[in-house]
Amino acid sequence: MKVPLSWLKDFVEIDLSLPELAYRLTMAGLEVEEIRLVGLPMPEGAHEFKIEGLSWDPDKIVVAQIEEVMPHPNADRLVLCRLNDGRETLTVLTGAPNLFPYKGQGPLPRPLKVAYAREGARIYDGHQPGFVLTTLKRAKIRGIESFSMVCSEKELGISEEHEGIIILDEEAPVGMPLVDYMGDAVLEIAILPNMIRNASILGVARELAALTGKPLRQPPLPPFERGASIEGRAAIQITDPELNPRFVLGLIEGVTPRPSPYWVQRRLRLAGMRPINSVVDATNYVMLMLGEPLHAFDYDVLTARAGGKPPTIITRTAREGERLTTLDGVERVLEPYMILVTDTAGPLSLAGIMGGLESEVTENTHNVLLEGATWNPVNVRRTASALRLSSEAAYRFVRGVHPALAPEAVRVCLAYMAAWSGGRVAEGLVDAYPKPQVDPEVTLSEAEVQRWLGISLRAEEVADLLRRLEFTCRVEGETVVARVPPHRLDIGEGVIGKADLIEEIARLYGYDRLPETLPADPLPWQRNQPLLEAEEALRDVLAGLGLQEVVTYRLTSPEREARWLAPAEGEYLPPDYVRLANPIAPERSVMRRSLLAAVLEVAERNARLTERLAFFEIGPIFLPLAGQDLPEEPLRLALVLSGMRHLPAWDRAEPPLADFFDLKGILEGMAEALHVPQWRIEPASHPGLHPGKCAALYSGERELGYLGELHPLVKARYDFGPVPVLVAELDATALLSLVPERFEVQGVPVYPPVIEDIAVVVDEAVPAAQVEAVIRQAGGKLLTRVRLFDVFRGEQIGVGKKSLAYNLTYQAPDHTLTDAEAAQIRQKIIRRLEQTLGARLRG
Amino acid sequence: MSEIPEINELDALQTRALEELKMVSDEAALQAWRVAHLGRNAPLMQVFSRLGQLPKELRPQVGQRANQVKQALEAALEERAAALRAEALHRALESERLDVTLPGRRPEQGRLHPTTRTLRRIVRIFAEMGFQVYRSREVESDAYNFELLNMPAHHPARDLWDTFYTTIPGVLLRTHTSPGQIHVMRERAPEPVRVILPGMCYRYEQISARSEIQFNQVEVLAVGRNITFSDLKGTLNTFARRLFGEQARTRLRPSYFPFTEPSAEMDVECFVCGGKGCTVCKGSGWLEILGCGMVHPTVLQNGGYDPQVFSGFAAGMGLERITMLLHRIEDIRYFWANDVRFLNQF
Repeated sequence: MKVPLSWLKDFVEIDLSLPELAYRLTMAGLEVEEIRLVGLPMPEGAHEFKIEGLSWDPDKIVVAQIEEVMPHPNADRLVLCRLNDGRETLTVLTGAPNLFPYKGQGPLPRPLKVAYAREGARIYDGHQPGFVLTTLKRAKIRGIESFSMVCSEKELGISEEHEGIIILDEEAPVGMPLVDYMGDAVLEIAILPNMIRNASILGVARELAALTGKPLRQPPLPPFERGASIEGRAAIQITDPELNPRFVLGLIEGVTPRPSPYWVQRRLRLAGMRPINSVVDATNYVMLMLGEPLHAFDYDVLTARAGGKPPTIITRTAREGERLTTLDGVERVLEPYMILVTDTAGPLSLAGIMGGLESEVTENTHNVLLEGATWNPVNVRRTASALRLSSEAAYRFVRGVHPALAPEAVRVCLAYMAAWSGGRVAEGLVDAYPKPQVDPEVTLSEAEVQRWLGISLRAEEVADLLRRLEFTCRVEGETVVARVPPHRLDIGEGVIGKADLIEEIARLYGYDRLPETLPADPLPWQRNQPLLEAEEALRDVLAGLGLQEVVTYRLTSPEREARWLAPAEGEYLPPDYVRLANPIAPERSVMRRSLLAAVLEVAERNARLTERLAFFEIGPIFLPLAGQDLPEEPLRLALVLSGMRHLPAWDRAEPPLADFFDLKGILEGMAEALHVPQWRIEPASHPGLHPGKCAALYSGERELGYLGELHPLVKARYDFGPVPVLVAELDATALLSLVPERFEVQGVPVYPPVIEDIAVVVDEAVPAAQVEAVIRQAGGKLLTRVRLFDVFRGEQIGVGKKSLAYNLTYQAPDHTLTDAEAAQIRQKIIRRLEQTLGARLRG
Repeated sequence: MSEIPEINELDALQTRALEELKMVSDEAALQAWRVAHLGRNAPLMQVFSRLGQLPKELRPQVGQRANQVKQALEAALEERAAALRAEALHRALESERLDVTLPGRRPEQGRLHPTTRTLRRIVRIFAEMGFQVYRSREVESDAYNFELLNMPAHHPARDLWDTFYTTIPGVLLRTHTSPGQIHVMRERAPEPVRVILPGMCYRYEQISARSEIQFNQVEVLAVGRNITFSDLKGTLNTFARRLFGEQARTRLRPSYFPFTEPSAEMDVECFVCGGKGCTVCKGSGWLEILGCGMVHPTVLQNGGYDPQVFSGFAAGMGLERITMLLHRIEDIRYFWANDVRFLNQF
């Protein structure tokens, strides 16, 4: 909300500098986001607020008067003004169209007061888009020397308006520095949802008064003429007090809508609203000032609709199929829950949101019926969001406007209307108030303040703080009983009301004055968290094995995932997904079912950026459960490895490409580091993987996931180039649950080992794992290490055969092995290999 | 000159040998020299073997002199050998000299994602104050995400969150980790609670440098019989100092959240400009880092705690935002794009 400082000062005396003012408001919850200077000088010294805008030089920018407007000898679009700036009379050149009507009339009987900038003044360039500073310099325009100007609002930074020059109100004193006459600053305040009471000049002033201890004052109403009573000239029927607790009408007759006084227009513009005419401006002015949205009807239109009789305003929900054309010219189809202001002839306006076009006040309106009402916030919110309509009125009603405001605002508005538009204000109001607001009374004890805030305040101190915010308080021993003032709806009852009061006390006491303590409350029982700890250990292990962790979008689309999930061949039916009702884009419309699909996308995107791709992610997937609303969210681990085994360096330009065994080695390292019990990797098959390069990781009989090389047909769906892409996806929830909290280690042997190599020739079809298993089994406990160090195929050993060379370590825990013992183990191993696998020892 | 010819011969031998030693420049020559001058057939050794043939009275003098010469030659040999070894080593080292400005060979290194790194720091700080990690689901019910957090249907505060709904009525993607507050309270009431709730949250937004559709939030929650707003302040200030540095200044500003009362926003003095105002803090000198407050009585009640007896505080922050501040990251989209050029910098 934009708050002009000058307007705020109508309600409360302010002797703080702008940054001090902004700081006090911000620390009380009215965050000042920005300060825009409109004439006032830039505050000196350090401060922490964003302050922008234009300061008016008191010597160079002053109030002046135009005494005569004369034609320019060489240009139709320019005029020459005889101007008095309080020092001298001079001639000023301007092209302002709003001076043309005065051209050639000779000396003006009522001189025009204007904002006059002398040579050297710093102002905004009116002809450039945006606000660009410029210094007024002497120039010749069409043969006439010009060194000063009469200013538009844009040139002075008041608004974007540059159609004509500012014509000040008549009482402006000639020669006075303009900054003294109307220099201002606008505070841009972010209004919190529960502080809508402050979305008005009065609201901010009230808060400021509470903070500074200065009294809040009501500016006097302008004098106006009164007319006949409103009685019998309008009636109200409220059909649902829940939706419309209060409705107030006032009447003014004989108005002439015209431009509002300049100071009114200026205030509206500074507050961010566009002046329309003096009738509409009065409703907006009072809404900004007091926080009650008002609506002006053309009384004669209503009378006509009522067949010449006094109109009856009926508030009710819409009927099926009813339509209303709103002020913005759009025809709206109404839903039966929407609360409307109607008359006997049909809908007049969308209650609390926007008026109808037909009954709108126009230039020709003479008599105005003025509405001030209270509406149900939920209903207004529903309607406004269904119709995608926002307005200043809806903004306030959605957050709650106290019904006590309505009659006051109607009275004040009628007074301003009469002052600015002429006319007579009808005596009295029509006020229907079927559901009076009961302002809650909340009790709060000293002990409760201590319990919530950790400070001790006496009941009297608490009451004093609350009274500053206009709560009515009485102190009963150590307890305060506080009645909520009749302008706010944000304080609840019972224990909620207590919490609400605690916030008000903390705010006024000052959050910055509260002490800092660490909780003295007993610590809860600290729980074991093996899964979380194992998950972090897993991350460290994988990073240690050379993989980069990634975090990907959980939102994807079935098409994106099909690249990985669809089998290499055959038809594919996308599985069941958690689907979004309102996705931002089709490619982010479901919750993922595959983590690997997402990590593959990352690898693909990085494929051209680096020679080595090595990624992992640990994260949830989302699996809908039949018959249940909420999906299962198991954790998965996905790995992708591709490209060079090492990054190239200056002495190894072409490192080998990563293959199946690089990935397998990582998984082995991982299983070992986590001490996964009885883990093993066995051949397996998976539709997305190369049939000959695919395996699964087991712990005991439990399969934890698969690893392998992407099937060429699957890889072809990606942009990876001619390198193998290795992938793995594991059930991380299962894996982590298997990680033991403890593990045991073997002692370091004291006696020397016997180390020897053997090479055995077996059929190509015999898996290496089987050979090793046989060796280990035959070797028994004394065989402590088996390391395959070579695989050889060649003519020497025959077609369809392979030679596997092992490095074997024999070692006894309690003595040094003799050669004879070692030979015995060796013989046993060889015999067993020959018997079970038909292997033969290679010479 | 001596009057004894053998002595003169020994002097000459020594002079010649030492002269020759000066010429020796490698190991082979040194060996040859040793054989020539100290070997069994060397003239010096011959002097020793001829000692017996000398007149008795000359023997001690000649013998002594011969020994002196032998020792002198041996010492010279040793000295020369040491010099040669030093030279050889020096040459070898010279020949092995590297251009140490060539790049090093790095082991293939994996790294953790920046959000993991920041989360671990935050979790560790709170762990030391007794807060343990509690996780809950990401696809949530409307009840846990809104209603039980004091936001019934059509509550205007729901506008603070732009929500992704699923096609199943009443099921949505959580907009914050706060549903976990209800889960953990219901699990533990009436025990005291001190937890940290990290996790992915979702908001219906246009993706830009400033906003993302998914983001990590980290919340903390303390519930007990004696938890005060001052405790909230002390706990969060401790956190801010530990994360941003001992000298980090903070301030609490009143704010509004439906599930806390009183509510506050915590700012930390901009550590980029030291509070002078810069582009990072948008000229204000302060950086907003988290929202917090005392748990609303309705929320306590919904969690199974009697608000007349129990109180609590909660705070929530954006993990990516904190990470962006710590590393001056300008674009939030970097996090899920996982470009190696970004990730490699952590």
